[in-house]
Amino acid sequence: MKHLIHLKVNGDDYELAVAPHRTLNEVLREDLALTGTKFGCGTGDCGACTVIMNGRNVSSCLTLAVEANGQDIMTIEGLAPSGQELHPIQEAFVTYGAIQCGFCTPGMIMSAKVLLDKNPNPDEPDIRAGLSGNLCRCTGYNKIVEAIEKAAHQMNQD
Amino acid sequence: MSKYSIIGTNTPRVDSPAKATGRALYADDIKLPGMLHGQILRSPLAHARILNIDISKAAALPGVKAVITGEDTPKVKFGNWRLFPDTQDEYPLAVDKVRFIGDEVAAVVAIDNDLACEALDLIKVEYEELPANFSVDESMAPGAPVIHDYRPDNISLNRKIEYGDLVKGFAEADFIAENTFEVHAVSHAYMEPCACVAQSDDDGRVTLWTSTQVPYIVQCLLASTLGLRENDVRVIKPVVGGGFGGKMELRAWEFCAAFLARRTGKPVKFRLSRTDELAYGRRRHGMKLYSKVGFKKDGTITAKDFRADLDGGAYNSMGPTATFLCGNFGAMLYRYPNYRYNGYHIYTNKPPAGAMRGFGAPQALFASETQMNMAAEALGLDPIEIRIKNAMVPGDQIPDVATVSSCGFIECLQEVAKMSGWKAKRAACAESRDGKGMGVGCYSFISGGVFNWLYTQYTFSAAEIRAFEDGTVHLLTPATDIGQGSDTTLKQILAEELGLRMEDIRLTVADTSVTPQSDLGTWGSRVTLMGGNAVRDAAAKIKKALAGVVSLKFDLNVIHDIGFKDGKIFPVTRPDRCLTFGQAVHMHQKFKRGEPLVARGYYVPRGKGLVTPAFSFGAQVAEVQVDRETGIVKVEKMYTAHDCGTVINPMSVDGQLEGSIEMGLGYALCERFVMDKGRTLNTTFLDYKVPTALDMPPGESVCIETFESEGPFGAKEAGEGLVSPTAPAIAEAISQATGYRFKDLPITPEKVLEGIGGLRKV
Ligand code: FES
Ligand code: FES
Repeated sequence: MKHLIHLKVNGDDYELAVAPHRTLNEVLREDLALTGTKFGCGTGDCGACTVIMNGRNVSSCLTLAVEANGQDIMTIEGLAPSGQELHPIQEAFVTYGAIQCGFCTPGMIMSAKVLLDKNPNPDEPDIRAGLSGNLCRCTGYNKIVEAIEKAAHQMNQD
Repeated sequence: MSKYSIIGTNTPRVDSPAKATGRALYADDIKLPGMLHGQILRSPLAHARILNIDISKAAALPGVKAVITGEDTPKVKFGNWRLFPDTQDEYPLAVDKVRFIGDEVAAVVAIDNDLACEALDLIKVEYEELPANFSVDESMAPGAPVIHDYRPDNISLNRKIEYGDLVKGFAEADFIAENTFEVHAVSHAYMEPCACVAQSDDDGRVTLWTSTQVPYIVQCLLASTLGLRENDVRVIKPVVGGGFGGKMELRAWEFCAAFLARRTGKPVKFRLSRTDELAYGRRRHGMKLYSKVGFKKDGTITAKDFRADLDGGAYNSMGPTATFLCGNFGAMLYRYPNYRYNGYHIYTNKPPAGAMRGFGAPQALFASETQMNMAAEALGLDPIEIRIKNAMVPGDQIPDVATVSSCGFIECLQEVAKMSGWKAKRAACAESRDGKGMGVGCYSFISGGVFNWLYTQYTFSAAEIRAFEDGTVHLLTPATDIGQGSDTTLKQILAEELGLRMEDIRLTVADTSVTPQSDLGTWGSRVTLMGGNAVRDAAAKIKKALAGVVSLKFDLNVIHDIGFKDGKIFPVTRPDRCLTFGQAVHMHQKFKRGEPLVARGYYVPRGKGLVTPAFSFGAQVAEVQVDRETGIVKVEKMYTAHDCGTVINPMSVDGQLEGSIEMGLGYALCERFVMDKGRTLNTTFLDYKVPTALDMPPGESVCIETFESEGPFGAKEAGEGLVSPTAPAIAEAISQATGYRFKDLPITPEKVLEGIGGLRKV
């Protein structure tokens, strides 16, 4: 039996009928075509599927769509809604070489956003801890950490 | 000031805004109208004969559109080594026999993924289980079960390299090191699981969007396994989420998607799960390495006898190349005046090992670098000094195999010693008893292979440039960016050549029906040198045409050199007489009565031996802290000095270095497969541990710039070789910290404790 759910995603309201076993990741990617949220493992271990739900970063692959009913969700597509200019975190990732294959990037950026929302002045260990649930196989993380430091600095000035 | 405008600058990746915003489309992001979803049934047994497959229940399930087994296919074997058809040992779907747990047996497509999974459960396969071999030793034992009939001894391949006189060399030695090393299999663990979408069109062509490093190889092998001609197959590379060697062959799901798209007339998608990837996917070769090296008292090497037994798993995959390269790298870095290598690629009933970043080098160099450190210890020499004494220099050769052209290895060793404060710190570590250690490891790597196992009848790389009168150009390249940044590098090379800005270049990449034939793909660090040379060749043709226009316009003497800079074209000695790039294209087009200005460029390495046009070199120092209570090793800092020729994009090179350290660190300390009779037990990232942000040490690095005459603007390999020195450097540091010498990987806390406690037999 399908359940009728209501999701607010990137400020837009959606009414959806979903089977109870479907994950938020599947619904975002397949039903809403928000493919910026990636799927890297399905077991909550890689962080590629990270989205922000009511201000917290969650693994969308482990979150059932019905659990997300009524929740406020932000995906990577919602970070710089105009689609034109980039959010300072995105900007810093581009500028400081924090992106290689890019598959971890949306999840990394969402985790970084939650981190900086909670702690606008993180030191390096804070950043590393904040990213410890997001795997990246390409960059060795150091440029990602640097980009987040730079973004924090920028956001504090703005 | 640099003589270049763009080469050597920190140029942001051209694709990074799309990746930062989630707009970049990977294979699994593609959704076509009416698309079906596929699943693959895999063998639960390591070795078995297939007696019968009953697909009737699965095929009858409403929503299931097709079910196929090997019997439905043309039964054509494939493998990247087309040059030696014998080595092509794999069917897209198993025929008669399965050889590892995970071997692909049948495929299903249905209107959704859940139904496809349900249908898999309804396929009934009857097997006759056969005895199996789960290690190289078992496979090599007399009377061992035969995995492939054409190789009754289970040795799929033997590669040799030999020169000089070993007997004489060892007779001259004052000290002979003779050791066995054992290195393990690890996963590429690229973050994007493999996915593909196939569509068959009314033109009789099948198009495949696939997460691959080698669109052209996939095109060739897909055509042969489907019984089609190459031109009937179009392969398009979407954005790829990493590969590291793991996506460089035709794979069963690509075949199944194309086959089933043709059969059903509908687009078909396959996507692997992480469990598929970890449990059944390709991996780095585990090896046993036997190495005997002779030294004089002063550290000079006199001879080396080297043998590698590669655990190939059930099929050849890229094993034959890894077997050869292992022997090549065993002879690199130092002058081995007398050398013999014997490499055996051995079938076992395990998931096949394939190409992985470093491609035979990390294994060979773990052995040779560890042995150098052991020799230094035995002879009372400094590990860096003994390396400098034997280091290769430009012009050195592996006779009949390779010649070293540019080489800054000695400078790398000197620099890494200086930047790490080697002498003083290493001595301090030796004094202290608090678990601190410092070690060195080195590498050399290829800038693309000159071997042509695919037996391509095209050039090795190609490029097409279309010039427009609005001052822009369109670059079409078959080169394959899988995250390493080659789209950016190739644009930089072209922008520099033509004096344009990055934003003046539009790019179309890796579409076998659109981009020029051909390119062997992304592997062996070949793209900057080979793809870059093709771009330069095409650019030279465009420049010649436009220089002619400028000469005509200003009635220039033919001896004038014509410059291209800042969007202008001008005689170098009279820059005031200039046309803009667009004006020159406009005039050329007018003169040609409307014909557009288009040029193609190509590259084939010639006269470069059997291995590569150019070798990179480097040296790395690791500082570790070992907790003697828990056995936990913390890598505190890495220092690297490397010679990658001219640096085209420092930020990109640095990113490759840091990513390599991450992968090398995982290889050294934490990544491994836990196997039980051919079954991989750790199939999630919870159990298969790749390094996280918390594990990465800080680092310092220096590029020793040499000029590689065969490379574009003097560039050579920068993204792959660096994965090799990390494990031996860390292992040496641990050995200094604990007093125990590790000759096997990974160095887990248990092993460290056993080593300290004198409980290890290895
Ligand atoms: S896909 Fe959700 S954590 Fe990996
Ligand atoms: S950039 Fe490739 S996984 Fe992070």
